[in-house]
Amino acid sequence: MIHQSAIVTADLLGKDPGWLIIVKTLLVFVFLVIMVLLSIWGERRVVARMQMRLGPNRVGPFGLLQGLADGIKLALKEDIVPKAADRIVFILAPIISATTCFMAFAVIPMTGQVSLLGRKTAFQLTDLSVGVLYILSIASVGVYGIVLAGWSSGSTYPLLGALRSSAQVISYEVAMGLSLVAVFLYAGSMSTSDIVASQDKWWYVVVLFPSFVIYTISMVGETNRAPFDLAEAEGELVGGFHTEYSSLKFALFFLAEYVNILTVSALATTLFLGGYRALPGLGFTERWLGGWFTFVWFLAKLLAFLFFFIWLRGTLPRLRYDQFMKFGWKVLIPISLVWTLIVSTLRALSLRGAPTAVIVGFTGGVVLILLVVGSLFEAAKRKEQEALSSVITKPSHFAVPQLPMSISTHRVPSAPSRSMEATDE
Amino acid sequence: MNTLALSAGLTGAPEAVLFWILAPLIVLAAIGMILVKKAVHSALLLAYIMISLAIFYIAQDAPFLGVVQIVVYTGAVMMLFLFILMLVGVDSADSLVETIRGQRVVALLAGLSLGALLIGALGRSLLGAGIAGGAVGLDQANSGGNVQGLATLLFSRYVWAFEVVSALLITAALGAMVLGHRERPVPRRTQRQLSEDRFREGSELPGAPLPSPGVFSRHNAVDIPALLPDGSPAPTSVSRVIKARGDVLPTAPFELNKESQGEQK
Repeated sequence: MIHQSAIVTADLLGKDPGWLIIVKTLLVFVFLVIMVLLSIWGERRVVARMQMRLGPNRVGPFGLLQGLADGIKLALKEDIVPKAADRIVFILAPIISATTCFMAFAVIPMTGQVSLLGRKTAFQLTDLSVGVLYILSIASVGVYGIVLAGWSSGSTYPLLGALRSSAQVISYEVAMGLSLVAVFLYAGSMSTSDIVASQDKWWYVVVLFPSFVIYTISMVGETNRAPFDLAEAEGELVGGFHTEYSSLKFALFFLAEYVNILTVSALATTLFLGGYRALPGLGFTERWLGGWFTFVWFLAKLLAFLFFFIWLRGTLPRLRYDQFMKFGWKVLIPISLVWTLIVSTLRALSLRGAPTAVIVGFTGGVVLILLVVGSLFEAAKRKEQEALSSVITKPSHFAVPQLPMSISTHRVPSAPSRSMEATDE
Repeated sequence: MNTLALSAGLTGAPEAVLFWILAPLIVLAAIGMILVKKAVHSALLLAYIMISLAIFYIAQDAPFLGVVQIVVYTGAVMMLFLFILMLVGVDSADSLVETIRGQRVVALLAGLSLGALLIGALGRSLLGAGIAGGAVGLDQANSGGNVQGLATLLFSRYVWAFEVVSALLITAALGAMVLGHRERPVPRRTQRQLSEDRFREGSELPGAPLPSPGVFSRHNAVDIPALLPDGSPAPTSVSRVIKARGDVLPTAPFELNKESQGEQK
């Protein structure tokens, strides 16, 4: 049943004539650009509300056109290429960032079967059998934009930002890929439309909740957003990788960042929240209002994720770099490895038609083992901390001498008066 | 790979167009990769070649191979290369001294044997259509789905090779960890412990963070010398003009820790 509906989507898209593909490409592009403008406005307004401010409210109704105004202003600024920069790569970097981010959206299924300009099709540009991996690969090419921007600027802070970004993306892509494995196992496919089709009963956010959590954390890491925005940490690296960029080139990075947020949110919607499927119990909307109404569900879920991104930014402080890497390698990856093992065993058991008692027993055993390992881990950690605190410590020496408390700054004014006397004589 | 398809008469028109556009570019990029001076440019051209190859794979009905090529090679391996190159620096020139003895001979041998292997594999798939274990054609290979077909081969016929390669990789990773590992004579002090030390009795300023620049300056007038980190005045910090006019203060009152014996200065 799952595979049948998937074949339907692939067949539908396969029959699209050339002009329809061009129309859909344009639609996707326009949708993304408008969403970026709106989400910049939305982000500023929501963060402002969270900080008890109003946010931009001057340009257009409710300040809706603020993003557009900023964009035009940015494009009209002077474009500076630093002398120390590697010119070709410096120009190439924002182009890589901005083109790859749009490409990933091609495989996102945004509606079920709809009629567009008199033809039956689905609002999805193309359907690949390895659609989700395709998004991952495009994302990994997109990182080149950031890394090359940092390197080619010929300046220290951007270089540090680029180094951080490359390390960050390599480490978080592993966790992200592992979290997707469970979804592939349950859907039996890597195509985005198949995965949405297989969620007709239960969304994977319910079935595979740990995968969802891991994916959500690593998608924030992938997009360089707060609290994982170490590549552009303004407190430490001025602007990070885009410190030396101005005008349109900076605008391209800005655009790429927001399109990337949209893409990972859309992927999360597709993989875990049932894509364009209606909320449970509201399936009648599609039958009553037609196929295009499914787009509303997709958009609602996408906006929920966008709000989540903004919420994170308004709430959490930036992580320290070493803590961030430690979290990725020592927490996320081991957890997702263990989870993948558990899921694949469960999946194999249920596919082979194992009796319920076996499945329940296996699950109970896993829980028991996890509890034992967890408590052992805690005990070991406590022991280590005790050992550490028993080491004799001496107060740390600062590079600057301590101010002796005996000297009071109040005594200083007496000195200048002496000097005045001296010059008078 | 493509010549194979061309000779077998499987190539459609769009695929041929794709090939004739991308193939010359790849060759140019490959030549450029060897000729360009900067290491990062070289790495970029290599990444370009990898991505173009992936496009070829996808056009040849091997979508999984193509995508994995980008994720693994372009996304992870090349990124690590770039990471190292960027750490080395923007303008560093490569030294041409051979660090491993006999490197060139070994590289030549490895290259030749790789070529021989490729020719063997190509010949087998071009000519060996009839013999057992020879090429069977794309339709049959992809009959159960591209990914499923690959998985079946990988976990049945080639499972031993797969496991050997994975053992090799794990050994390499362990080796890297052993080589990179450094024993600490004293356990590293955590942030929490450092903070506790600062509040502990006996520290001069309980709870204070590291002083920021200018904390110890006791005056901001131009005729008063700045203090060096050891508490002594910096002689060059007062303008020559002020010195010549004799407006400079005696520095003794501003020195730290020398209050008692500072009167003679």
